[in-house]
Amino acid sequence: MSSNWVEVCAAEEIDEEDVIRFDHDGRTFAVYRSPEDEYFATDGLCTHEQIHLADGLVMDDIIECPKHNGRFNYKTGQAKGAPVCVNLRTYPVKVEDGSVFIAIS
Amino acid sequence: MDIVIVGAGECGARAAFALRERGFAGKVTLIGAEPHPPYERPPLSKDGLAGAEPPKYVAAVERYAEAGISVLTDASVASIDRERKAVVLAGGGAIRYDRLLLATGARPRSFPGVSDDARRIRMLRTHADAAAIRSALLPGSKLVIIGGGFIGLELAATARKLGAEVVLIEGLARVLSRGVPEEIAAVVADRHRREGVEILCGVRISEIHEDEGGAAVLLADGGRIAADLVVVGIGAVPNTELAAAAGLALDNGIAVDETLRTSDPDIFAAGDCCSFPLSHYGGRRVRLEAWRNAQDQGTLAAANLLGAAEPITAVPWFWSDQYELTLQIAGIADGAETTVRRELGEDAFILFHLDGNGRLIAASGVGPGNAVARDIRLAEMLIAAGARPDPAALASPDTKLKKLLAA
Repeated sequence: MSSNWVEVCAAEEIDEEDVIRFDHDGRTFAVYRSPEDEYFATDGLCTHEQIHLADGLVMDDIIECPKHNGRFNYKTGQAKGAPVCVNLRTYPVKVEDGSVFIAIS
Repeated sequence: MDIVIVGAGECGARAAFALRERGFAGKVTLIGAEPHPPYERPPLSKDGLAGAEPPKYVAAVERYAEAGISVLTDASVASIDRERKAVVLAGGGAIRYDRLLLATGARPRSFPGVSDDARRIRMLRTHADAAAIRSALLPGSKLVIIGGGFIGLELAATARKLGAEVVLIEGLARVLSRGVPEEIAAVVADRHRREGVEILCGVRISEIHEDEGGAAVLLADGGRIAADLVVVGIGAVPNTELAAAAGLALDNGIAVDETLRTSDPDIFAAGDCCSFPLSHYGGRRVRLEAWRNAQDQGTLAAANLLGAAEPITAVPWFWSDQYELTLQIAGIADGAETTVRRELGEDAFILFHLDGNGRLIAASGVGPGNAVARDIRLAEMLIAAGARPDPAALASPDTKLKKLLAA
């Protein structure tokens, strides 16, 4: 199985404990930088009402949807309880030469 | 142990699942008066009005069976027998409980003199109400909305999207006078006027009646406004009849303590139907009609039905969607002495409300999409922490609120 690495942005463009939106080829993703300075990526829309998660708040390893406070662990994609019950899909991330790449399969 | 929950809305459903999430293995019965399994009410005045069928369920129907929650729909509770510890259903059946949760919600306040059977004068609470209103909102039809609160304004926006003409009548001097600052209400009212909604404030209504093919609103000044449909959105009243008949203490709703317990130690109440002391605001007693509160209290009630005795710590939080605008409010601004405005780019801003001691007590924001969401969420956390943030820092968009929280 081949993966398809796509460049997102310069690593420093995402603040620590924050998230940005990344649109590519008709799809939307959320790309995170954790408080431990690691990078992660998930689908960009909340599984409850299709809201862009990048407008939400990152706290430790949780992303909270800006609309109705649905919470996910952005490292694993796991839904953390009502109103969200469907997990987020996650994507592999790498940082090379100061840029963030995600693998969109 | 058997737990019975009366009221199958957001709050009751959330409580039922939260009992299982906490490992409760006894019997759970959820009793609802409507024909549907629990569904989300917020969409009914928004996109959900425009034809969602079935309604957006709180949880997929099969999840109740998977969780061992027995759901009785179309079931009306006649009384609570506290001696026998049983809920008596209309028709005579009884369901025994060890612990009971009342999540009976609220119902729209009706306009004096208007019959519940009126077809051209409606209120909006249930999926059936939304469907009836939707079917009357044809392009070019005329809708008159009574009441400039969240329900009335959201319905106005949705009706414009569907092509109906809209007149909104508010008795007070401005829309959203309950709990929304004037600056934000003005943004919302302007947005409606740009969309062609006619907003009449400070207008007294003497009568509403149905007539040939429609309805008419008669104004105290002698004016008359004809409509194809009138929708009344003038607030809600808590459903306290069961609690009252059972002799439970009431106080603008079913009175509960800080753990959601009623005056009967085996009976709890949560959501729109109950009033409770709000610890962040000196223990003042409030009743909230809000989706988030219904969820939070449902979850807390589950813990306390099982003996956790945890107090309410949530900060009140509301939102509304109208056109592309979203309004979010955290906290209660009554008693604010200082208000600080933070600009968040194009057409979005937040007002922070501080009390006389400099403590942040509320934040109200409006803007397109989710422009204000992150900062309102952080404000909510600052309020919960009892923070006294520097007003200059709140006003400066360059100061990250997250930094204030860490301070």
